[in-house]
Amino acid sequence: MKRIRLIARLDIKGENLIKGIHLEGLRVIGSPSEYARKYYTQGADELIFMDTVASLYGRNHLSEIIKLVAKYIFIPMTVGGGIRSLENAIDILRLGADKVAINTAAVARPNLISEISNSLGSQAMVLSVEAKKISDNKWEVYTENGRESSGIDVIEWLIEAENLGAGEVLLTSVDFEGTRKGFDLNLIKTATDSISIPIIASGGMGEFQHFHKVVSEANADAVAMADILHYDRMTFKKIREESISHGINVRKYV
Amino acid sequence: MSNNEVVIIDYGVGNIFSVRQGLEEAGASPIVTSDIKLIQSAKKVVLPGVGAFKNAMNALNALKMKDLLINIANEGVPFLGICLGMQLLFDESDEFGLSKGLGLIPGRVETYPLSIDKNQPIKIPQINWHELIPSEAHIDWKNTLLDNQESNDSVYFVHSFVANPVHKNHKLADYISGGNRISAMVVKENIIGCQFHPEKSGRAGISILKNFMKL
Repeated sequence: MKRIRLIARLDIKGENLIKGIHLEGLRVIGSPSEYARKYYTQGADELIFMDTVASLYGRNHLSEIIKLVAKYIFIPMTVGGGIRSLENAIDILRLGADKVAINTAAVARPNLISEISNSLGSQAMVLSVEAKKISDNKWEVYTENGRESSGIDVIEWLIEAENLGAGEVLLTSVDFEGTRKGFDLNLIKTATDSISIPIIASGGMGEFQHFHKVVSEANADAVAMADILHYDRMTFKKIREESISHGINVRKYV
Repeated sequence: MSNNEVVIIDYGVGNIFSVRQGLEEAGASPIVTSDIKLIQSAKKVVLPGVGAFKNAMNALNALKMKDLLINIANEGVPFLGICLGMQLLFDESDEFGLSKGLGLIPGRVETYPLSIDKNQPIKIPQINWHELIPSEAHIDWKNTLLDNQESNDSVYFVHSFVANPVHKNHKLADYISGGNRISAMVVKENIIGCQFHPEKSGRAGISILKNFMKL
């Protein structure tokens, strides 16, 4: 089978690492830079930093956090939240990030995807999608960290974004996020069947079995984890060991 | 003259910040520049790059760096191309129509091969960590930049095109993807290329950069 990337997702509000449920009801976890270092040392394949309030208030602390962690973290880092223009994206990459994740600004102006992809390469352009289920096999795109509905169909949006040059998709289920009940398998499966760029499944991992299912049943290319790591319910080491014993292809990390 | 000096070529392509951080972690004192004089007197050169081959060559040409880089490399200055910077070392690329490269290592840059293994589907761009394996010509990595790599160490790749050297002995390491051998690292005397990002490959990558700084 294809190799699956294991990604730590760090949602940031102000100076703090936080964790929500359905992207809301935020609880403070601790220092983002400390947790980032911990996940790097534990063998994360990548890190994703999402500024949860940047769309509302503009980005401030996250830039400082990225600048700091780039000095000691040498794995790919994706940064999202409040990126509105190519110039914003270039600034983020200059701080040491490798990719930008864009949701709200891309929904408002889809051509931003092409501008970033053409200028910085498609590998740097991650489309972040917050998907809310509206009926069986139908999901709507939400923006502003799950707060605003857009009326756009998720699958149609994924196809358009791929055509515009998105390099990957971070696909978060608003319904399952923070619930520990597992991923929205139908959403992830429908998405991986519809587009050919890699999809990072996000939202809902509470135990190893959820990871196993989203990879083997929904064909996720990568899995973003937050709650399960932040509360030390599993470590990357343990997830890798379990993966290998279940025949899931992950990077070996000693 | 300190031997931890290294010049990172700044031609507006790619995430130079990370390359600089990685080299600093490896004990180097990097200078990021597009200044012709500084490049001419470089003790070591790193050519980074992400994005499209043609854009990168156009940028090098616009800054009148192409011949300069070729001369430096041919004079024996340790020269490391990273990701697209590795692909530029070759004669030409098929990406967005034919483009000429630096021609320092004979070979072509071609479309990523389709999977020949049903159990190993692949996606393009190929974004992943892969274990390095010895190429057919270099079963031993002693005295190369891969000296002291631990077995099972993986490095991080992001690419849609692959470099295919004409001469097998220019291949130092490969990785397996979709059942195919993909060039991961190439070497021709002082000229070295990494398809992966050593600056984003954790300890394994930093070790490679440390070895480069020892050249």
